[in-house]
Amino acid sequence: MKKIIVKGKAKGVILKSKNPINFLGSVDKKSGVIHNEKYDIFNKSIKDSIFVFPHGVGSSVGAYTIFSLKSNNTAPAAMICQKADLTVASGCALANIPMIIVSNDEFDSIEDGKEIQIDTESENILN
Amino acid sequence: MELTKEEQAALNGEMGESLKTAYRILVATGEATNAEKLVPIQWAHLSGVNYNTIGDSGEEFLSILSKDAKVKVKTTLNPMGFDIDNVSKYNLDQNFIEKQQSIRDSYIRMGVDPTFSCTPYEIYDLPEKNTQVSFAESNAAIYANSLGNLKTNKESAFSALASALTGKSPYSDLRKENTESSTTIRMKLENPNEMDFGLLGFFAGKVADTSVSISGVAKPDKRSCKSLCAGMGTSGTCAKFDFVGEEDNDSEKVDFGKEEMNNIFDELNTTESGDIITLGSPQLGLDELSDLSSMLKGRAFTKSCMIFCPRAIQNQARKLGYTNEIEKAGGEILSDCCTCLTPLINKDETDAVTTNSVKAAYYLKNSTGVDVNLKSLSKIVEEDTK
Repeated sequence: MKKIIVKGKAKGVILKSKNPINFLGSVDKKSGVIHNEKYDIFNKSIKDSIFVFPHGVGSSVGAYTIFSLKSNNTAPAAMICQKADLTVASGCALANIPMIIVSNDEFDSIEDGKEIQIDTESENILN
Repeated sequence: MELTKEEQAALNGEMGESLKTAYRILVATGEATNAEKLVPIQWAHLSGVNYNTIGDSGEEFLSILSKDAKVKVKTTLNPMGFDIDNVSKYNLDQNFIEKQQSIRDSYIRMGVDPTFSCTPYEIYDLPEKNTQVSFAESNAAIYANSLGNLKTNKESAFSALASALTGKSPYSDLRKENTESSTTIRMKLENPNEMDFGLLGFFAGKVADTSVSISGVAKPDKRSCKSLCAGMGTSGTCAKFDFVGEEDNDSEKVDFGKEEMNNIFDELNTTESGDIITLGSPQLGLDELSDLSSMLKGRAFTKSCMIFCPRAIQNQARKLGYTNEIEKAGGEILSDCCTCLTPLINKDETDAVTTNSVKAAYYLKNSTGVDVNLKSLSKIVEEDTK
């Protein structure tokens, strides 16, 4: 664990992507389904997941997309990235979605499909 | 990040809900950029204006926020969905128009200058060297850092809004003295046009981290510079570039030659011909309209062509007569909106768009859902006018 960007608790199943994510234009806000066919998680839903991806890229308006997902109850329960970027950090801050940054080794060891708990106030943040 | 007593009090909600929200965002973005403190900024430029991108939840958020929030510094903002002067010609639903006007009114209530432009650097003179600003629009942030000698993060819609409301931003590395980039891209193409610079930018955004050096180019013209900034802002997190001599540092060297360019081109170009043409993303400046006016002299577009520029620039261009040749050639000049994500272009009415903008190509394909035919401005004039 390198850093907590947005505090909080969450539980869910890990959805892991190898692609940096441009939230604007890549996810259906009503369903949470990824519709950018260039992404390895094309057609999968990020709703209620622990969404793990390297970092956000592209449009600064992606922050509003994250906020909209939360308002529509289609947001991930938490986000875990390798690198912090302002779009994802600020989107999660406004939407109250816990967000943490992990080391490269930790990122590599996170397994897709596994259920985990996050608690930024606890000693073991990932369980 | 260390907060002053006053900042901490605002974060605790002692100065109202909107400042509490703003400081919560600044704390998260401060952590994200490893900043040790907040510093004052002189100018904020906001994204998150188009109803197409921020939707109902964004519209509601701004409506509530604007009841008591006021910007503390000069604040400009990005394009919205349409140009009110021309919207009646398009088949746009009333709900969209009403929601868009509500968003516009919320920003104006907060004291934002209603520029509706992704190129604030075309409208206003830039402040003195090393001035701290907070620009959310990615091409504008990269332009400010790389060509305008200003200091900004590649802000998000919310971090720029938080900066506008507080007059502050995290003191990140990008805001400090220039540091050497860890990557240098060696431009290997000869006589690149503005579209090639856009492709170079898109490539650079993919391979670079926060900043990048580019060797092998003399300083290109403004159109190419804007194209480079826009391409770079679309594909990655890179917020700054500088043009350097070939071997002046120990950074990792990456070549951008024919093969690399073709790979990016093939990723973005999905068809051989467009039904309509769009020029502008980023919106055109006065010199670009002047050039276009000369290029179109005595010619006419063979298909409809939408030309996007800021309102202030359109007004100047009309006074100077640059719009005459463009409109005579059949070009439609639109302000307050831009190619990227305007509902004036939609897949029910349009299958494919021709553009010289790499940024537009990405959003036309991925958000609007239409095919894209990428070609340079000179080729558009050569092949699509007569």
